Amino acid sequence: MAAHKSQMSSNAILDVYFIENRARLIEVAAFLDRLDRAGNAAKGKSDFRYKAFLAALKILVEGKEGRAKELQMLFSDLSPEPLESAAGMKSASGAWKGVGK
Amino acid sequence: MKIIEPHIHMVSRTTDDYQALAISGIYTITEPAFWAGYDRRTAEGFRDYFTQLTGFEHARAAKFGIRHYCWICLNPKEAEDLKLAEDVLAIIPEFLDKPTVLGIGEIGLNKNSRNEIKVLEKHVALAAKRNEMILVHTPHLEDKLKGTRLIMDVILNEKRINPERVMIDHAEEHTVAEIKDKGFWTGLTLYPYSKCTPIRAADIIEINGSDKIWMNSAADWGISDPLATLKAANEMRMRGHSEVLVQKIFYDNPKAFLSQCPKFEAA
Repeated sequence: MAAHKSQMSSNAILDVYFIENRARLIEVAAFLDRLDRAGNAAKGKSDFRYKAFLAALKILVEGKEGRAKELQMLFSDLSPEPLESAAGMKSASGAWKGVGK
Repeated sequence: MKIIEPHIHMVSRTTDDYQALAISGIYTITEPAFWAGYDRRTAEGFRDYFTQLTGFEHARAAKFGIRHYCWICLNPKEAEDLKLAEDVLAIIPEFLDKPTVLGIGEIGLNKNSRNEIKVLEKHVALAAKRNEMILVHTPHLEDKLKGTRLIMDVILNEKRINPERVMIDHAEEHTVAEIKDKGFWTGLTLYPYSKCTPIRAADIIEINGSDKIWMNSAADWGISDPLATLKAANEMRMRGHSEVLVQKIFYDNPKAFLSQCPKFEAA
C-alpha cells in the first residue's frame, strides 16, 4: 500500500509545528515540576504511570524514526490473556502496570 | 467539499451541531449505538434508545438536509452483565430491518474481559446469521492494542464474516497496519486526549497510505468536535496533499465501505 509523502520541507514543518510543540514540552516540564512540588512526591514517582512517562521521554530523545508508534507500544498492555472481570471498571489509566517488568 | 461523517453520536449533541454539520458540507452521517455515560439497567432502556436512534434522531437530522443512518448493538462498556446482554441481544433483530440501520455496532471490547468477549462473540454470530455489516469500537489507551487483537481473533474465527464488511474504528499508530493487514477496513478517530488529533491522523495517512481507511469525530457527550473531520481535511491540504486524496479519505472511502449495505445512499 502506497504511503503519501508530505509535500512539506523540513523548514516548513518547523515553521508550522515548532511553537506548538515547544509549548507541549514546557507543559511536560511543568507537569514534572508539579509532581516534584507535591507533598507526597515519592509516592507519585513510584506509580507505574510515572515510570512509563519517564521511559517515554527516553524514547523521544533516542532519535529513532517511529517514535509515536513506539510510545503507543510502551503504554500498551502486552499481556495476552483476557481480564477475568471488568465489573466496576470503565476507564483506562493510560499506561500498563506491567511496563518494565 | 462534501464529507461523510461515519461515526458520530448525535443523541448527545445539540441541534446547533446539526446546523454546523450541514453548513460545513456534512450531509451524511452514521451513528453507532454507544454507552450513554451510565449503565442502562434494562433491555427496555435499550429499546427506547434504539427507537430514538432509528426514529427521532433521523427526523432531527432531516430538518437540516442531513441523511442519518445508525448501527445497533449493546456496547462493550455494558457487556459485563451477561443477563442484560442476552436480553438486549434478543431485541436487536427488531431494529436491524429498519430502513436506516446499516448493521451491528459499535461492538468490540472495553477492558478486554472474558464477559465482554462472550458478548462480542454473540454479536458477531448475529451479524453472520443475518449477513449484517459490523462497526467495531476498539478500547482506549493501554487497552487498545490487546483489545484490537482479541477483537480481530473473534471476528476472524467466524468464517461467515467477510473482513471487507467490517470497520475496526479508533485505530492509532500501533494498530492501523495490523488491522489493514488482516483485511479489515479501519478508522481514525479525531478525539482529543484519548484518541487521535487531526495532525497525527494526517501523519498516519502519510505513513500507512489511504486505502480502506476513514476518519471520524466520534463526537459525543465528552470533550469532542463534530467538525473535526474538516480540520483533518484542512491539515492534509495545508501539507500539500491533493484534493483527490482528501476527497478519497473523507468521502469516497466511507461511501465505498458503507455502500456495501444496500440501504445506504450518500448525499
